[in-house]
Amino acid sequence: MITAMFDDFFTRALVAGIGLAFVAGPLGCFIVWRRMSYFGDTMAHSALLGVALSLVLDINVTLGVFIIAAAVAGALLLLQRRNTLSTDALLGILSHSALAIGLVVAFLSGIRVDLMGFLFGDILAVSVIDIVVIYLGGAVILGVLLAMWRPLLAATVNAELAEAEGMRPDVTRVVFMLLLASVIAIAMKIVGVLLITALLIIPAATARRISVTPEQMAIASAFAGALAVTGGLFGSLRFDTPSGPSIVVAALALFLISVALPARLWRKKQEV
Amino acid sequence: MDARLSEQVLVDVAGAGVRRDGRWLVEGVDLSIRRGEIVTMIGPNGSGKSTTAKLVTGVLKPSVGSVTRKSGLRIGYVPQKLAIDWTMPLTVQRLMSLTGQYGKDEIATALAATGVAHLAQAEVQHLSGGEFQRALLARAMIRKPDLLVLDEPVQGVDFSGEVALYDLIGKIRDETRCGILLISHDLHVVMAATDTVICLNGHVCCRGTPESVARSPEYLSLFGARAANALAVYQHHHDHTHLPDGRVLESDGRIVEAHEHVHEPEGHDHRHV
Repeated sequence: MITAMFDDFFTRALVAGIGLAFVAGPLGCFIVWRRMSYFGDTMAHSALLGVALSLVLDINVTLGVFIIAAAVAGALLLLQRRNTLSTDALLGILSHSALAIGLVVAFLSGIRVDLMGFLFGDILAVSVIDIVVIYLGGAVILGVLLAMWRPLLAATVNAELAEAEGMRPDVTRVVFMLLLASVIAIAMKIVGVLLITALLIIPAATARRISVTPEQMAIASAFAGALAVTGGLFGSLRFDTPSGPSIVVAALALFLISVALPARLWRKKQEV
Repeated sequence: MDARLSEQVLVDVAGAGVRRDGRWLVEGVDLSIRRGEIVTMIGPNGSGKSTTAKLVTGVLKPSVGSVTRKSGLRIGYVPQKLAIDWTMPLTVQRLMSLTGQYGKDEIATALAATGVAHLAQAEVQHLSGGEFQRALLARAMIRKPDLLVLDEPVQGVDFSGEVALYDLIGKIRDETRCGILLISHDLHVVMAATDTVICLNGHVCCRGTPESVARSPEYLSLFGARAANALAVYQHHHDHTHLPDGRVLESDGRIVEAHEHVHEPEGHDHRHV
């Protein structure tokens, strides 16, 4: 019966998208807290280069995207140490050159690539294998995040404090970047490289107003993301729009609702 | 390693220096912190106070010299300028468990000890400067540290709050017998509770008990009048400036290599104006 259910492309997309939202939500909170959205964007843009290279070299696309995204993060860490350009400028260079090289490689290789699918996501493309990858990969990502939750949170609040009290903020930062690269790799098919960051950030921002602790915000963010994925995919089906943008529009709608609702309504919940 | 430290010594720094990119951030640092002792480190910006504190906490390794810590030394840290982004929902209660897990009762006791028990449910972003520093002190103390490191703990606190915070720090020392390393730019207020004052300017350029410093005629002429004035700002003038390239600019305008520059052991013509 379950296999029959997954025969339907829409159900596959829904299951995959919700799984993704539960991973992206908590991770997205850290991106918002650490003010790393441009960084997330840069890694996501580099995913297209990962796709192109994977196709040329004939390796698994998810793996290729992960490697390239992690490499771009590593390149940024190294360049930051040299203190030549501001992080902001470095990100701009890395982000757009990775995207451009990806497009050029895809074009040169002569491989017929559904570019729209990779840029904006394609619900038709979600396979049962993808679902397995998302849920297994997602479980690993969440497991690692849970295991290093306290040191990562402490380093986010104040790296010096975490370090003085015996934690290793430099290590947690690298692990966090690897987690981010993994999420990008598994998110690409659903939302597309251009919009992955939105799925990380908007649900987290939506969750902010209804949360009083970081943990509450991480959980609320996961549910806000799942709701956005559901709404967006139904919209995508109904209006025949690409899945990625539809999900982001739904996420934005949820965010606007959270902002529009009076703060008093939330506050009551907080006092419980 | 521990054998070299007496029972009471928590950290011993001997002839330590940190070199980065061909430049000495700090050099020739000797200091030790004992159980129940308050050591105050003062000095101008860029004088190596933070670097020295990082040597003590073990975040930085010395390029020369040695830093010996009592094994299993537990450190509580109150950072300078801790700005918590509004995007992170964080109550005082949650802040307490930042680097370790503690029960509700423990948290309540720690907050009560620094006088902010009533703020447990408040968001940290809504606290005043003094309240926030008290919450941070409670957070550091809940770890039951052997050594408490405070980086400019009275920053952003008004004067009456400053005095109360220093009283609290003295009380913490008396009750828990932890060692305290306090980094400050403000001498006259910390004088009262401090056991040892260490003045840094790229190296340790003067040190002593506040009493011995305070009894000296120079000190009286320099600080006596000012200490009475609650709002006085302590300014520390050195008779020489350490240049970025490691050379030293003497007060008479000569530029000499660091090894030619001699710090006089006792008199050190620092004009504390």
